[in-house]
Amino acid sequence: MMTSGDFLFWVRGPAFQIATAIFAFGISWHLLEILSLGRKPDRSVPRGSRMLGGLRTIFSRSIADKSIFQSSAFTIVASYIFHLGFFIVLFLLVPHIMLFQALLGFGWAGLPTTLIDVITIITLLALLALLIHRLKNPVRRFLSTFEDYLAWTVTFLALLTGYLAYHHSIQPYSLVLGLHILSVEILMVVFPFTKLMHTFTFIIARWYIGANAGHRGIQL
Amino acid sequence: MSKHQTIAERLHSQGFSRRDFLKFCGMTATIMGLPPAIIPQIAKALEKTPRQSVIWLSFQECTGCTESLTRAHTPTIEGLIFDHISLDYHLTLQAAAGKAAELTRQQAMQDNKGNYLLIVDGSIPVGNPGYSTIAGRSNKDMLMEVAEGAKAILAVGSCAAFGGIPHAYPNPTGAVPVEELITDKPIINLPGCPPIPVAIAGVIAQIVTFGTLPELDSLKRPLSFYGQNIHDRCYRRPFYDKGLFAESFDDEGAKKGWCLYKLGCKGPVTYNACATTKWNAGVSFPIESGHGCLGCSEPNFWDAGSFYKALSVPTGDFAQTAGYALAAGAAVGVASGILNKMKKRDAIGNHETVTIDDLERK
Repeated sequence: MMTSGDFLFWVRGPAFQIATAIFAFGISWHLLEILSLGRKPDRSVPRGSRMLGGLRTIFSRSIADKSIFQSSAFTIVASYIFHLGFFIVLFLLVPHIMLFQALLGFGWAGLPTTLIDVITIITLLALLALLIHRLKNPVRRFLSTFEDYLAWTVTFLALLTGYLAYHHSIQPYSLVLGLHILSVEILMVVFPFTKLMHTFTFIIARWYIGANAGHRGIQL
Repeated sequence: MSKHQTIAERLHSQGFSRRDFLKFCGMTATIMGLPPAIIPQIAKALEKTPRQSVIWLSFQECTGCTESLTRAHTPTIEGLIFDHISLDYHLTLQAAAGKAAELTRQQAMQDNKGNYLLIVDGSIPVGNPGYSTIAGRSNKDMLMEVAEGAKAILAVGSCAAFGGIPHAYPNPTGAVPVEELITDKPIINLPGCPPIPVAIAGVIAQIVTFGTLPELDSLKRPLSFYGQNIHDRCYRRPFYDKGLFAESFDDEGAKKGWCLYKLGCKGPVTYNACATTKWNAGVSFPIESGHGCLGCSEPNFWDAGSFYKALSVPTGDFAQTAGYALAAGAAVGVASGILNKMKKRDAIGNHETVTIDDLERK
């Protein structure tokens, strides 16, 4: 019989190795394939710098245009709350930093666990609000695919199980901690093959748009 | 010492007063988590109960469990209980040896058939029985024989409860815990390396006083002692919540008593009473003395990764895995890039130009 301790050992050991392998393999494969597609050279006389335009757009697109903000204020604000919250929880919770330290060889200071706890609740609420917002509007619902719901579910579960683990909501703790690690492993496996890849590809997309504009001397 | 003396008579003969006896009953009720109203019942039961016959079998073990119990400071409950059970067979503690010892065991089994308690410490080698024998008999044989007439079995220590260190990879002796061999008797696991003496004593006290077995968790551990985890009861828990951690065993954080999570403490996944009952007559427990919990009362604690690796860190070398996977992914990415280019070139090569004539023909 597999005990909760065995389960935790499995998710911390073999399962994490498998998830890491798929995650790293998938990301590396897709990024290299996208980059190797290349673009036709633009032989027109440049009126500005591709490099500057590209770099500027990577950052400038993070701030929504006024008219766009007005038309979808809720989505933008809730998404901002979710993304910021997710980054804080992922990178500033001490047990998570331990994981990055094991991978990278260096760590950084974390935030108090109770603060992370509050941020987790806010982040979960933002995700829930975004789902309801998506489901309520017939057009958004029509445009949503299985992949959208899958990406939402794996992200939500990773946060939710982390919250439950911190509060020891499921006994024994080794089971709920194991479930949290497993949910993150599912997220890692799904990541390279869904729109979650936007974590990396947004840079390429924004760069391409910005570089084109920069080449033509468009003031952004 | 008469075997038929009750516990109360025995205490009286040792100079304990009635008040002492009731105090003992009160402590027994406390450790079992029972209300004060139950104390008279305990007293009544103990006054009438003859001493419980106990047979203690030691298999692949280090005697640490026996040490833990016998070195408890007097006058603790565990000491009292130990004095007031009839320990009919215990290889380390008995005076008899050889045939005489084995005869005592046979006698006790006969006299108390169906009624004696069997305590086991140590795991049982089933891969090669030759690794551990007593009087020329394999541990498994002896366990099966003694278990048959037992009222209940207490698997004392992590070896008897879960296989413990002998069971750890690569398990050369084929060691198994008691519950893998005995399925038709009530088994109570009291894991720990060693277990807390009061946990052993508390369970014996309950069986002696009420004739009932304690409520158990899914790993057959009494909830009264293994119901809460170390982390939840740890006095360093507030530092965990504040995010204050010792980074090494001798830094400022360690000196200030900050949380040992980063140093690999297994408190969050360990269920035991160390943080509340403590050790050495209540002096301290491992975390209080500055070392993280090893998780010794959990199954397979020896194989569950390094004692010094934080719980949130994977056990394997995942940085290397990530490196290989990145390289493999890059190779596949470049290969698919080349394939895409070839496909594009072929498409251009196979392109048929449509002329005005072609269009007019249709």
